[in-house]
Amino acid sequence: MHYFLSEEQQMIVDICRQIVEERIVPVRAELDEKGIFPKDIIDEIGKSDLFRLFIPEAYGGMGTGIFEVCLATEELSRGCLSVATSYAASGLGFIPIIVMGSEEQKQKYLPDLAEGKKIAAFGLTEPEAGSDAGSIRTRAVKDGDFYILNGTKQWITNGGEADIYTIFAVSNPGRGARGVSAFIVEKGTEGFEFGKKENKLGIRASATRELIFTDCKIPAGNMLGSEGMGFITAMRTFDQSRPAVGAQGVGVAQAALEVALDYSKTRKQFGVPISSFQAIQHMLADMATQVEAARALVWHAAKVIDSGEKNVAKLSAMSKMFASDVAMKVTIDAIQVLGGYGYMKEYPVEKMMRDAKILQIYEGTNQIQRNVIALELIKRGVL
Amino acid sequence: MENIFRIIVCIKQVPGTTEIKINPETNTLVREGIETVINPFDTYAIEEGVRIKERMQQSGSEAEVTAITMGPAQSESILREAISLGADKAILLSDRAFAGADTWATALTLKNAVKKLEGWRLIILGKQTLDGDTGQVGPELAHMLNIPFIGYASSIEHISGQKITVKRLAEDRYETFEVRLPAAISVGKDINVPRVPSLRGKLKAKNETIPVLNIADLSMDEKDAGLSGSYTQVIKIFTPKHVYEVKMIEGSPDEQAEELFTKLKQLNIV
Ligand SMILES: Cc1cc2nc3c(=O)[nH]c(=O)nc-3n(C[C@H](O)[C@H](O)[C@H](O)COP(=O)(O)OP(=O)(O)OC[C@H]3O[C@@H](n4cnc5c(N)ncnc54)[C@H](O)[C@@H]3O)c2cc1C
Repeated sequence: MHYFLSEEQQMIVDICRQIVEERIVPVRAELDEKGIFPKDIIDEIGKSDLFRLFIPEAYGGMGTGIFEVCLATEELSRGCLSVATSYAASGLGFIPIIVMGSEEQKQKYLPDLAEGKKIAAFGLTEPEAGSDAGSIRTRAVKDGDFYILNGTKQWITNGGEADIYTIFAVSNPGRGARGVSAFIVEKGTEGFEFGKKENKLGIRASATRELIFTDCKIPAGNMLGSEGMGFITAMRTFDQSRPAVGAQGVGVAQAALEVALDYSKTRKQFGVPISSFQAIQHMLADMATQVEAARALVWHAAKVIDSGEKNVAKLSAMSKMFASDVAMKVTIDAIQVLGGYGYMKEYPVEKMMRDAKILQIYEGTNQIQRNVIALELIKRGVL
Repeated sequence: MENIFRIIVCIKQVPGTTEIKINPETNTLVREGIETVINPFDTYAIEEGVRIKERMQQSGSEAEVTAITMGPAQSESILREAISLGADKAILLSDRAFAGADTWATALTLKNAVKKLEGWRLIILGKQTLDGDTGQVGPELAHMLNIPFIGYASSIEHISGQKITVKRLAEDRYETFEVRLPAAISVGKDINVPRVPSLRGKLKAKNETIPVLNIADLSMDEKDAGLSGSYTQVIKIFTPKHVYEVKMIEGSPDEQAEELFTKLKQLNIV
């Protein structure tokens, strides 16, 4: 099917499939049920060089593009969205270092992240600041060669598990979004603690946690870019990371479609396999078409970003929004194809549906994606 | 001499488990057109070699893993797989004269290859192969090299440049051995969980040139290699025929029990 993948890209797919079959599928239901962070699987992903995909060769990475990241993310998502989320969230945590970091910061942090020895997290959201990220209240006050952080971040993926955190805080109040700066904060820094662990509908094996900063002293050298560049850093990061959220949608939808198709050929009612009913056939046809369309859009967005194009916000938002909507629809339809069995934990589709929902919410809700798309359309026109 | 801790892992290509066929004329395994894999126990040997290498590297020493196999030209594919799993180098021992080797001739060929390499400190083998199933090559090789051998290792408790401490599960107890290096060990599946190949490993495996050593390279005599160097010769390999007979017993439960009892008595089972 993927006739235009290079040999290296096919290797990425093969490695991910092996990880999915051997390491993820056998344990995913249990990890989900008990809400256990998949540490061993993330280690395996690291050993297989998959974190290197995001990172330039000069810093221990493989210098591949967003397209390769999307390939890996899609395949891992076929196995389990908790795993894929933890993988992608580390990328989200260190992309700011790639796009904004100084040479010194890159040298210091990226090699361990490329190797998977350390993982990262991205801390923007707060209890009172979700979609309206410009209204965050976490403060960063300059004190000599340091900044002092105070505040609470909420729902941070990889919280507690990650070693390196990109934290957004207000360094210049009264300037709104332009008063926000980004900082690298290491786990273990005094005054940095972890709060409540969330109990969630889906992606239950991924860690979602509060980060609490109390007079946390950060070297000024840990600021990313210059003062006031935080919001731009976040937006530029999302431009790069959103296609991978789309790829998560493609992967989980593909997995649900595969289960539904197999099931429809073996389940018999009225003396025939249910796949002989046109109602089922049409659902399968629609599901498959949507998956292909979503994949095409995600791959296109990724290729455009990799080509070096600068204005990618619209396409990036489109791929995230469309593919996550497809993931929601296809996983719900997969349950419908399986009927009551689909509703039971014995089959994987109920988990896929619960997991898929997050894709419409995090890294900007799909309403926010539509806002981004519309603004870009109005500002720059259709092309 | 440079101070690199060199580990040699001996691996073998075997038929994929599900489809073993025997050629009734020659009494040998049919290998043509059959999917082949790394002998499953050897995958643990590769993994353990790579883990020891990583351990040595973490403690600041240099280490390197070389995978070796004796086999036909196609066995090169398992050497490439070994590289994708973390081996640094691979060597293929291939020559018509090696064909038909029993465990002794195999061990002797491996010994001659190992002798050509320098600075090796540890040899790791799978505890047995899936096709031959003897478990003899490891101890024979160690004997020929005059080094200690510990079979069926289930964990490496400690390793330094000079010594290795190995734990293994015997029938009813654990045994721990400390031996000096160089040494050879064999491993089974309780020692580790082999990793998934890495992307850099796969790329390296694709581009690596794998040297092939023949009988002349190993300075061996034809009479010591392959079939002519073998003490055991396979006269016949066959799939045993199982004959089953099924008899349904009918009637009331009492009658059935009665009949079953009579039958078992006739067969001297009760
Ligand atoms: C499991 C999980 C993991 C997460 N991981 C991270 C993480 O790693 N790092 C991080 O920083 N954040 C993370 N988040 C936070 C996530 O990005 C936010 O939940 C998201 O941005 C939405 O914010 P909110 O939940 O406060 O919703 P709100 O912003 O309160 O939105 C509520 C509703 O109003 C709509 N809405 C809001 N504003 C507008 C508008 N202007 N126009 C139209 N509709 C609007 C929204 O679309 C939504 O439907 C995570 C969240 C979850 C649930």
